[in-house]
Amino acid sequence: MALLEIQDLHASVDGHEILKGVNLTINAGEVHSIMGPNGSGKSTLAAVLARRDAYQVTGGRILFNGKDLLEMDPEEAACEGVFLAFQYPVEIPGIGNAYFLRSAMNAVRKYRGEDELDAMDFLPLYKERMKLLEMDDKLMNRSVNEGFSGGEKKRNEILQLSMLEPKLAILDETDSGLDIDALRIVAQGVNAMRSPDRAFLVITHYQRLLDYIKPDFVHVLVDGKIERSGGPELALELEEKGYVRAEAEVQQALPA
Amino acid sequence: MSSSVDTIRDLAAQDYKWGFVTEIDEDRVPKGLNEDIVRLISARKGEPEFMLEWRLNALRHWFQMEREQGEPKWANVTFPPIDYQNIVYYSAPKQKPSLDSLNQVDPELLKTYAKLGIPIDEQKRLSNVAVDAVFDSVSVATTFKDKLGEMGVIFCSFSEAVQKHPDLIKKYLGTVVPHTDNFYAALNAAVFTDGSFVYVPKGVRCPMELSTYFRINAAETGQFERTLIVADEGASVSYLEGCTAPIRDTNQLHAAVVELIALDDAQIKYSTVQNWYPGDKEGRGGIYNFVTKRGKCLGRNSKISWTQVETGSAITWKYPSCILQGDNSVGEFYSVALTNNRQQADTGTKMIHIGKNTRSTIVSKGISAGFGQNTYRGQVKILKGATGARNYTQCDSLLIGDKCGAHTFPYIDVRNGSARMEHEASTSKIGEDQLFYLRQRGIKTEDAVSMIVNGFCKTVFKELPMEFAVEAQKLLGVSLEGSVG
Repeated sequence: MALLEIQDLHASVDGHEILKGVNLTINAGEVHSIMGPNGSGKSTLAAVLARRDAYQVTGGRILFNGKDLLEMDPEEAACEGVFLAFQYPVEIPGIGNAYFLRSAMNAVRKYRGEDELDAMDFLPLYKERMKLLEMDDKLMNRSVNEGFSGGEKKRNEILQLSMLEPKLAILDETDSGLDIDALRIVAQGVNAMRSPDRAFLVITHYQRLLDYIKPDFVHVLVDGKIERSGGPELALELEEKGYVRAEAEVQQALPA
Repeated sequence: MSSSVDTIRDLAAQDYKWGFVTEIDEDRVPKGLNEDIVRLISARKGEPEFMLEWRLNALRHWFQMEREQGEPKWANVTFPPIDYQNIVYYSAPKQKPSLDSLNQVDPELLKTYAKLGIPIDEQKRLSNVAVDAVFDSVSVATTFKDKLGEMGVIFCSFSEAVQKHPDLIKKYLGTVVPHTDNFYAALNAAVFTDGSFVYVPKGVRCPMELSTYFRINAAETGQFERTLIVADEGASVSYLEGCTAPIRDTNQLHAAVVELIALDDAQIKYSTVQNWYPGDKEGRGGIYNFVTKRGKCLGRNSKISWTQVETGSAITWKYPSCILQGDNSVGEFYSVALTNNRQQADTGTKMIHIGKNTRSTIVSKGISAGFGQNTYRGQVKILKGATGARNYTQCDSLLIGDKCGAHTFPYIDVRNGSARMEHEASTSKIGEDQLFYLRQRGIKTEDAVSMIVNGFCKTVFKELPMEFAVEAQKLLGVSLEGSVG
């Protein structure tokens, strides 16, 4: 059974159809990348998978681990193992980052019928993971994302990913706004999480990130549909030619 | 988007858990307000002549105010006219409240306090909180009195103080909130039935938190209590106040007065968790909480700090204030006010700077949900002689849903050029993106809202004594439960 099966997915925001029939199957252990020009629907796809309210699904279905994902609330989807690393992580004043993360872990553990972690179990793990992501100790007790730099916010997303250990991790343009060092650290964090029972969906505009996180499959999303799929070489081709030219060539190659 | 608003709305609709009624015989005076009633109240309490005179004086003033202008109309709240002749001004559990031993207290009362989680039982010494419990109009028990007595700290019901410490009462009663101050203060002065009295002698740091628990039980009664706290030179005390009432579909009036006096180098910290019955979802019933609280920093280097968490009441009208008379004195006001369903709150503070180098801090956090209307009203006044005065005001509003309102009315009056004033204000809606972020990590909507709200209130909660802070957080969660679902 596939981990994620998206069939003919249609979705709209404020009455505008953004996704116009997406089909995608992801198996555990695989890393898929979705590339595409601005406005093609990449972030919408991520939001729908994370069950964000503002995105209305108007057709198709999504199975996650055999269960109907579209029936789930965001928190249910999260507890089932869907994780979204946000493109723009929000600041939440007054809630300590450690407290927040422990609350999240315990919510997930409770859902799965596992014992809750107390502070003594949690802290060593939290510190160790922070160290791996080269995060400053001073961020430990700060409010969630408050006063974090752009790079620190993205690292904080990966920190959460590594603590929550989801089955499917969706990275929504995690590379945007990162300098080369931060990119390397974030990619290391992600690569350390790769495992046969975890899949990744890496959404990016640029090939650059894929130098660090090697995908098994690359898909090109254009105007709400997956136009092409291929191996890692497809990303290189897109980088070289740009989306427009690459698309034009595809169009020409099609029989009239 | 719409579903998250619905969820928030549901979370804001939550049941009141303290709404039970205790079956107990009451001794009550007839409805209505006149000199005879005041004489009757004073007689029931066996008061000395000076108290009766004081009350009658206040009553005459109140009648005059009622004739001339009636209730204050400037607050941003609306309610139908109150018939002051249709209120019972004195109701007491029928049994002579014993101030010496808990064994003589009606077991029904003790059960009530147990249900409310009040540590009235002296065996719970570990809690280290001395409690004065006021049930309807009368103080029923004050705990730890002997232990406090050893240090010279007086902590007793107001009635007892009138009997045993008339000189202190005469000296300080009405010196911070005179009966002429406002309509409700005049009413309170005429008919107040009990309350708490605290005196901390020179140089004594009160070894435990002092606490009063107010409970309105009887129907059709008003509760009018009066609290007077005096910290003598170099003394310090921390005082907590909590309130609940049964669910009733008519409105009940609560018009209390609190006076604090801090002499040289003294410190008073006054914390309130107000959870009077707020009325139902349609706004039926609930307590009118019209309260005058004021502290006077009479001495040099004195400090008075108010912290309030206001989650209950149909209408809240209160402005715990500080008169900073002594040089270098400090006033603080930390407030969280939550209005949900049809609740209305008009609350804030006054900081009156008179002495040199006086400093004040105001941190107000208003949360509105449902159809709630939440108003911050604050005055900072720097008088001519207050050279070097400083004020910092921060005033934040959080809106949950799109049917509620937040309003801010700051009044700033500076008459000394050396003053330094800072004012920060913000209004935000509980963000759909914040909520989604937390939910995406597996946290349930209700918990997410409660986390965001608690985060918003953090700077105020950290001013509360530890146990109270935990209580306040829970209360806030409960008051918002069901507003998202």
